[in-house]
Amino acid sequence: MMSRVEEALLRLDLMALQDRYVATLDDDRLEEWPGMFTETCRYEIIARENEEAGLPAPLVYCDNVRMLRDRVVSLRRANIYERPAYRHFLSGFACKRVEEGSFEMSCNYVVVNTSLRGESQIYQAGKYFDLVVDTPQGLRFASKRVVYDTSRVQTLLAFPI
Amino acid sequence: MNSADRAATSFEGAGLRFPRRDGSRVPFSAFSSPEVYALEQERIFRGPVWSFLGLEAEIPKPGDFKRTYIGDTPVVMTRAEDGSLVAWVNRCAHRGAEICRLPRGNATAHTCVYHQWSYDAKGNLLSIPFRRGSKNMTGMPEDFDLAKHGLQRLRVDSYKGLVFATFSASVCGLTDYIGPEMGPYVDRIFHKPVVYLGCTRQYSNSNWKLYFENVKDPYHASLLHLFHTTFNIFRVGMRAKCLADSAQGLHSVVLAIAQDNLGAEAYQQQNIRSYDDKFTLEDHSILGLIPEYDEITTNHIQTIFPQLVIQQIHNTLAARQLLPKGPDHFELIFHFFGYEDDTEELRNLRIKQANLAGPAGYISMEDTEATELVQRGIVGSESNSSVLEMARSAPDEQHSLISENLVRRFWRGYQNLMGFKSEEDGGA
Repeated sequence: MMSRVEEALLRLDLMALQDRYVATLDDDRLEEWPGMFTETCRYEIIARENEEAGLPAPLVYCDNVRMLRDRVVSLRRANIYERPAYRHFLSGFACKRVEEGSFEMSCNYVVVNTSLRGESQIYQAGKYFDLVVDTPQGLRFASKRVVYDTSRVQTLLAFPI
Repeated sequence: MNSADRAATSFEGAGLRFPRRDGSRVPFSAFSSPEVYALEQERIFRGPVWSFLGLEAEIPKPGDFKRTYIGDTPVVMTRAEDGSLVAWVNRCAHRGAEICRLPRGNATAHTCVYHQWSYDAKGNLLSIPFRRGSKNMTGMPEDFDLAKHGLQRLRVDSYKGLVFATFSASVCGLTDYIGPEMGPYVDRIFHKPVVYLGCTRQYSNSNWKLYFENVKDPYHASLLHLFHTTFNIFRVGMRAKCLADSAQGLHSVVLAIAQDNLGAEAYQQQNIRSYDDKFTLEDHSILGLIPEYDEITTNHIQTIFPQLVIQQIHNTLAARQLLPKGPDHFELIFHFFGYEDDTEELRNLRIKQANLAGPAGYISMEDTEATELVQRGIVGSESNSSVLEMARSAPDEQHSLISENLVRRFWRGYQNLMGFKSEEDGGA
């Protein structure tokens, strides 16, 4: 059993990780994004309608960190899109230890995007379902599943959520 | 007054005039005019076409239903208790309320929540509350006949597991509508039972026909989608096949046939932006290609007008459903599928390659960006026209990707269906 102090510290550590994660995206430091995951990580963005129906079709699906790095290179060098200006907002944070050095964490997110024409719109609402592990380098995402409610993706999705 | 005369008359004010009869000039108002949009609903979507609704694999069991659209009109496709496919307009025969409120589900009866008129899966009106009145209340008149107040049923049919419906009593059967040129290519993908893997939806601030142009335009592929070039996937010199149907030219297929990599030189010589040999993928599995068909293609993009685009990109398979949402919006739904007999390896590859195509797809995300640039660019230029000249002097050429032949064929078919004359034919 964890003491209440231990639980509070764990919660702070995991919330700090989630805050660093969204700041990395919102500040357009995409190159740092893969470094927050383990080598064998899973990163997935999937519509809630598929998730609830038990259907696998993803919006983005990566089953190792190399695919995350590939996505960054492609976004920087290959793909053409209007550069998004994301702001993530988080709520409803929950976490628990599953075993020593391994934690589940979830929270709601809203991403507001601002276009080059100066319009800010809610781009996506959804929920993160994460598995975090303690590594010698610090806390890393072993799995991050982004389940989105906003089933109609406006125009396109380039940057990760 | 024939339909062409009527169109010419009612569109004098809207200024929709096709300058040429060969489809090489498209007036920009075709993409923005509310009048044109309303007429398309009548002459195309409620007219003599078969519109794609979904896959049979989405509704495998009796009672399974999916809410969807034909053009703007809300419709439901469902499977009746006897297993037959049914489609009806999602509008209560009483006061017009939408009856089916869930996107998907299973029900053998559908009840309108407003006054609880209840219908079976085939759209027959089963019951009306207080039909016979109650105590001192009268109820419906004696001559009210339930059988005459069912839901508006559509002609529905499926071809190899693809479900289509039409408002038209006169349009030919579905197999003939798909036609002899397109049929073998639909068969190529739908030659065995499929499994539904889910969908992704993309919403674009642009006209639905801009997307149709896009999927009939192999010219843009290697120029807009630089994932191909950056990571050496797709080449201008790739062997290609581009065919339209001979009936109206509204359906088409573009195949990119795998052959040896031609290298970077073709791009560098053309001074095309940002080609760089040094970028390689760390995980190449996304570009794997497990051979599945007699002819090995990296891309098979086929349109069955007006609501379907069949996609095979490497091993990822999708039926894209195109839904117009007003003159300047459309929704594109990627229905991903695999085959029932997929190995685990193949199924996993299909899931992984969903990264290639879809709203976040490496080689598709730019399409809506491009169509929105057009929608924004044409404002104020409604009387100007686009210029579609690539390979115009070789209208029968079928093996080049550097061509706008299919786009011109599309516009000729569209003009014909809409009754829009061209100026060269004396149209207003």
